[in-house]
Amino acid sequence: MLTPEHITKRIGAIEFGVLDPETIRKMSVTAVITADTYDEDGMPIRSGLMDRRLGTIEPGVRCETCGNLIDSCPGHFGHIELARPVIHVGFVKIIHQLLRATCRSCGRLLLPQDEIEKYKARMKRYRERWKALSLKLANMILKKAMDVEECPHCHATQYKIKLEKPTTFYEEREEGYIRLTPSEIRARLERISDEDLELIGINPKTARPEWFVLTVLPVPPVCVRPSITLESGVRSEDDLTHKLVDIIRINERLRENIEAGAPQPIIEDLWELLQYHVTTYFDNEVPGIPPAKHRSGRPLRTLAQRLKGKEGRFRGSLSGKRVDFSARTVISPDPYLSINEVGVPIEIAKRLTVPEKVTEFNIEEMRRLVLNGPFEYPGANYIIRPDGKRIDLRYPKDRKAIADALKPGYIVERHLRDGDIVLFNRQPSLHRMSMMAHKVRVLPYKTFRLNLLVCPPYNADFDGDEMNLHVPQSEEARAEARILMLVQEQIISPRYGAPIIGALHDYITAAFLLTMKSTLLTKDKLVQLLMAGDYRGELPEPAILHPVKLWTGKQVVSVFLPKDFNYTQEASVCLKCNKCTPAKCPVDAFVVIRNGILLSGVIDKATIGVEKMGTILHKIVREYGTDFARRFLDSCGRVFLAFLDMHGFTMGLDNLDIPKEAIEEIIKIHKEAEKQVSKLIDDFNKGKLEAEPGMTLEETLEAKIREVLDSARNRAGEIASRYLGIANEVIVMTLTGARGNILNVTQMCACLGQQYLRGERIHRGYTERSLPHFRKRDLGVKARGYVSSSFKKGLTPTEFFFHAMTGREGLVDTAVRTSQSGYMQRRLINALQDIHVEYDGTVRTAEGSIVQFKYGEDGVDPAKSYHGKPVDLDYILSKVLGDKYAAKIWKKK
Amino acid sequence: MINMPRKSGKRSESISYLEERLKALEDKLPLPLIEELREKVKGIPLSKDEVDKIVNYVLQEYEKSMVEPGEAVGTVAAQSIGEPSTQMTLRTFHYAGVREFNITLGLPRFIEIVDARRTPSTPMMVIYLDEEHRYSRKKAEEVARRIQYVTIENVAKSINEDLSSLSIIIELDPELLKDKGLTVDHVIKALQRLKGETIVEGNRIIFSSPDITDFNKLRKIRERITSLKLKGIRGIKRVVIRKEGDEYVLKTEGSNLAAVLNVDGVDPTRTITNDIHEIAEVLGIEAARQAIRNEMQSVLEDQGLDVDIRHLMLVADIMTHTGRVRQIGRHGVSGEKESVLARAAFEVTVKQIIDASIHGSVDELKGVAENVIIGSNPVPIGSGLVKLLMGFTPPKKEVETQHGGSS
Repeated sequence: MLTPEHITKRIGAIEFGVLDPETIRKMSVTAVITADTYDEDGMPIRSGLMDRRLGTIEPGVRCETCGNLIDSCPGHFGHIELARPVIHVGFVKIIHQLLRATCRSCGRLLLPQDEIEKYKARMKRYRERWKALSLKLANMILKKAMDVEECPHCHATQYKIKLEKPTTFYEEREEGYIRLTPSEIRARLERISDEDLELIGINPKTARPEWFVLTVLPVPPVCVRPSITLESGVRSEDDLTHKLVDIIRINERLRENIEAGAPQPIIEDLWELLQYHVTTYFDNEVPGIPPAKHRSGRPLRTLAQRLKGKEGRFRGSLSGKRVDFSARTVISPDPYLSINEVGVPIEIAKRLTVPEKVTEFNIEEMRRLVLNGPFEYPGANYIIRPDGKRIDLRYPKDRKAIADALKPGYIVERHLRDGDIVLFNRQPSLHRMSMMAHKVRVLPYKTFRLNLLVCPPYNADFDGDEMNLHVPQSEEARAEARILMLVQEQIISPRYGAPIIGALHDYITAAFLLTMKSTLLTKDKLVQLLMAGDYRGELPEPAILHPVKLWTGKQVVSVFLPKDFNYTQEASVCLKCNKCTPAKCPVDAFVVIRNGILLSGVIDKATIGVEKMGTILHKIVREYGTDFARRFLDSCGRVFLAFLDMHGFTMGLDNLDIPKEAIEEIIKIHKEAEKQVSKLIDDFNKGKLEAEPGMTLEETLEAKIREVLDSARNRAGEIASRYLGIANEVIVMTLTGARGNILNVTQMCACLGQQYLRGERIHRGYTERSLPHFRKRDLGVKARGYVSSSFKKGLTPTEFFFHAMTGREGLVDTAVRTSQSGYMQRRLINALQDIHVEYDGTVRTAEGSIVQFKYGEDGVDPAKSYHGKPVDLDYILSKVLGDKYAAKIWKKK
Repeated sequence: MINMPRKSGKRSESISYLEERLKALEDKLPLPLIEELREKVKGIPLSKDEVDKIVNYVLQEYEKSMVEPGEAVGTVAAQSIGEPSTQMTLRTFHYAGVREFNITLGLPRFIEIVDARRTPSTPMMVIYLDEEHRYSRKKAEEVARRIQYVTIENVAKSINEDLSSLSIIIELDPELLKDKGLTVDHVIKALQRLKGETIVEGNRIIFSSPDITDFNKLRKIRERITSLKLKGIRGIKRVVIRKEGDEYVLKTEGSNLAAVLNVDGVDPTRTITNDIHEIAEVLGIEAARQAIRNEMQSVLEDQGLDVDIRHLMLVADIMTHTGRVRQIGRHGVSGEKESVLARAAFEVTVKQIIDASIHGSVDELKGVAENVIIGSNPVPIGSGLVKLLMGFTPPKKEVETQHGGSS
């Protein structure tokens, strides 16, 4: 492995330029003149495309140029002398511009000398100050020069130059279109002076324009285009090699014809063919010419295609690299793990290793690991000796001897074990919380295990999701992972400055049930719960002493709160009564914590929920640190689940039973709505309906119908939930915010309501009707997708169809959206990734230009803010002023 | 009102002390924070000790919440905006305030803002009125009439071609004319801008012209007449009057900020449009920045997504900090980066490399993308930004012995 000590040179900068023919010849180890690759014996042909001097790709064979083996030979270029020059496709545009902007006879830029001098001075100024501006100026000069018709220097008339894509140039002379051969073009380009080039943004040192017309073609080393031998022994060459074979074949034919003095048309045809092959060698997707194809009909993947696109060299291999020391498997939940931990299957732990330096402090342990070898669990897979040699422990050797030979300074690549730090990731990695550091817990079975509380940041569930795990290999990487990326450090999301890790679903239900006023616990239950939360202190005083000692659920929660914690908040079960009576709240929604004791109120989504600001957890993270917050989450999570186990919580079909009266009431509502709608339709048909401003009659009708139907659904829902009652599990879940909302309840037991497609009532499908079950042009409720049945009652066939239509729309919508938002995020990341805060507090780009003088106008990090505010004033004031301040807020409410 | 303090002397003393402390902090704490604090302690009697405690606490907490140098705020902003955008709706909805017109919302609108499109797909203005016109519907309508773009088509019952006489017959609708505050004379005046003759017969106008020589010409002239401007501001297709609070506000479909600001009765200080380029041209780049920020925020708020305002500010700033509105993407921010490699890794790879070779560009490898590409360690951001200012070249020998020592 390459470690920083091995690095002797660093890349300081990369300069781009065009290779000149001389350099190509100089760096070439051989001219390639034979179009063949291997002879009958399978040996590479000398001065063929697989010449041994171009580098080696077969293992065990030394390179004839550098003498290195396959892994250390960098490969060497060869070259092809082209019989006639050809144009490089990539430079066609600039060649065209240059031909138009310079004189065809004297080669000067087509601008008067005084103007040239003026621009020269300006260019010099710009180049020193602002590079981007100098490019713009160059473009402007070029444009200006291209319009000139007579050379101001030699007074030669300029002709229009026409480019016929991709690579043919014509001059529009009096006698007609005259084709310019690449040789002529090259001659013209040669005449352009260095000084003029600099004015039009071309650096003559790195890119003389005549180099855009190729006379010599470099042949890339074989390792760039390796051939593969199939199992059958058949050799298959790389696409580039195929293309080079074509080029050489035509080049040789052209040369022979020229030498034999063949007639001009034949030479020109061959020349054109050579141009085609060279063009497709560079880019096989040039518009205007057919792409070169493989025998099978597949287009060849030539140079440009190798670089381009998602799987190309840049995005596929350079920006996105593949890594070792990683694992992937299905995830499953384990509430008994800490949020900081991840359960790793033994099998994976045995394959992933951590390099550990042997010291005198750990030598005994390392010996034991080496002795265990790679197949027994706490073992080791490799040893690296100080001289850099790796010893593979897999092969039966005397491991005892190896273990005994261990000395400080050796490196043992030992198995992953408990407490090691690893990175855990789930795709799509949309934000930084998609990759967090966890501590390893090696466990049996074959899945990664994680605490349920970290599902929201990963957006994970357990319906077959897989996740990736990476093992950092250096001490720096581990340190950064532990300090910056550990789950507990990511509790607060930088997106909105509130916890993204926290209770959800059952945890909230359980917290609510536990902290309800009616929950009283006997001693054995209390002890059971406290043990689940790993509580080590004394038992609190029982709330009820006689006839049996009983504790409240609130006491259980209080035990895990910091001793000086004060908190006031409205629970999410709050009914939003007109007049708030905190002391006599019917649902106990007034949460008060004083000195770490939960005095009143139930714990639910508003107080421990995820993605909520101002929860207990939120305040604890800010005030008592991430470590305390983690312990609080771990303990509370287990306590809540333990209580839910004890208490039991089920939702079944009978939770949705509503009495007959209710059903009748709902039916009545539907009837009424239907009547109203048919009256509207009647008015509309009779022309009695008045259009609302800015709307057509039809739109007015639809808007009114929509109003009626939506209100009908809402009223039906209200009736249903009124009859369900607060003790109903479904209602418990919706009120506490654990899962679902009133709309879901409505749909389950009252009615689904109107189905909208593209925001309108369903009206398309068949000619002038939605389904063949209805009359044409029926505007009625049922014919346009109103579903008056509930999920419990079941849907009629037409209703089912309408519901399926909306369901499908949702699916399509999601599919389209993910690709769109994915591309938007890629662009955002790309545009913003270099922006950082400098030591002086300014926000700058990579180049150092200032974007903001103070980040976000106040210099506050959203991840450290209190929901975007720099400071939680309410907390501070109530902490300093106590009830004096609390009185003021509550009076206001 | 509540809790009148008994010892008013002491209270005023503590208030002045609080003011004194806050005043001293004005360059240390953000002003909104000071304002909020002032608001929150209003009416609570504070002792000097308490004031000190509060102020010091606030100061300490504020300093704790500052960004750290090196923080990759750009990436965090991009993620914080990109991640919730997967949850945005794709459909355009009726605008909450004005049911009459469709407004692009959700993800398509957001992409539009980030793309810095020349014109929004649904341009819209909110026009506030000045003191005089603000409170009565009648006066508001007056202004609305001045703004709404009216063509002959809007006031005509029919516009027909008379093929026999090669003339055009316009049948005006008197009710529509009255509604728009126009008379037949206005129409005639407008027609005079075209070469030709007009004959008026009550509400019927016959227009003929020597230019009309064949049917094609006739058709062309008819087109011109239908879209002939009678009054109003070009681009404003529809105006709707809404009551917001105690004042009337005009909402328009179509946008033309420069012209609307000049209309009598319009409050130019509050009137806005959703066309960012128009704002940049009329009000300047700072206004454009604010507009981008506001537009993005309103889209996110509308979708019920919670994103910190600082992320949006950063995006707005990077789009505008050069003085022009730049797109986030290959024709803007990403395309104008100095680094060749960073541009090549984004889009249009081959073109970037060829251009770089022509210009002889040098990649200084300052940014993140370039350093990932060349595999440098560490990448210069976050903890990788830390550098030793002092030159540090250990004697070669020592390195070797260190190495040998560990072996």
